[in-house]
Amino acid sequence: MAREKIVVAGGTTKSWKLLLGLRIFAFMATLAAAIVMSLNKETKTLVVATIGTLPIKATLTAKFQHTPAFVFFVIANVMVSFHNLLMIVLQIFSRKLEYKGVRLLSIAILDMLNATLVSAAANAAVFVAELGKNGNKHAKWNKVCDRFATYCDHGAGALIAAFAGVILMLLVSSVSISRLLINSKHLSTTATTTAVV
Amino acid sequence: MVKLTKRIGGLVLRLAAFGAALAALIVMVTSRERASFFAVSLEAKYTDMAAFKYFVIANAVVSVYSFLVLFLPKESLLWKFVVVLDLVMTMLLTSSLSAALAVAQVGKKGNANAGWLPICGQVPKFCDQITGALIAGFVALVLYVLLLLYSLHSVVDPFLLQKS
Repeated sequence: MAREKIVVAGGTTKSWKLLLGLRIFAFMATLAAAIVMSLNKETKTLVVATIGTLPIKATLTAKFQHTPAFVFFVIANVMVSFHNLLMIVLQIFSRKLEYKGVRLLSIAILDMLNATLVSAAANAAVFVAELGKNGNKHAKWNKVCDRFATYCDHGAGALIAAFAGVILMLLVSSVSISRLLINSKHLSTTATTTAVV
Repeated sequence: MVKLTKRIGGLVLRLAAFGAALAALIVMVTSRERASFFAVSLEAKYTDMAAFKYFVIANAVVSVYSFLVLFLPKESLLWKFVVVLDLVMTMLLTSSLSAALAVAQVGKKGNANAGWLPICGQVPKFCDQITGALIAGFVALVLYVLLLLYSLHSVVDPFLLQKS
């Protein structure tokens, strides 16, 4: 029965191609989320009070640095896209190397850690953004999005890209775990056949 | 003998994770405080914030899942599926904890740029209970990461100990 051999040097198997494709998409998604959120800034001059007939204007800016959740979002997405880039480079240039020892395991563990990191960042940002969009009557926090509409739109786009990255990272870590499973199964079957022989 | 201790270790870990998630759930649900100032009565409940509701739901799902996996027999083939489900549960736990932390941080420090005042000064006991629930959630998360590594180790042969 033809089984994928991951330990054998060289060659591209089906799971290799699938993993490479998923990683490229995850890299693009998280990088897009990081870039869009880090360039998110809007400046508006609003009239805050009127003295007689003279309006007093104030210039307010909405930046992503004002909210710690968005700062975490940008940093985490940069880290995950860097991880994906590193893994893509590793996958392309190490086809001649064998996966012995902890190499395959460390790839799987790093993928799992980064999947949890990006899911944490995306979720924190989406809940804080929901606070900004709807406000909170109980805590008497008023909304931000009715005055800074472009800021909110760009933030929403970054969040959508990050959630696409979350799903893709989940798929990437599942494929890495299944490659571990295939590898161990392949080795155990060859061990039993050599024992029989 | 080694296998038995490994299995018992795994069960203890999962029981501890179940306990921590359940504790986080209960502490968050029972946090409620009524404060009155200037003849305005303000009641702080966990349902005021969407992030806290998500935290409660996520921890409930994780507790139920851990409880069910505790009874999975050793020889069942579902253990391979448990590895992926453990990863999904870890992601659920981190996302709920991170969202609740982000919202609680806004509640504690406020956001001067958006004109949001901190509410912890008016309802200190509520804030303390939320902090306790978040700490329990963090403990559950750490235990779940360990559980993920443990189930990975028990299902696959990651160190390739069986040489070809």
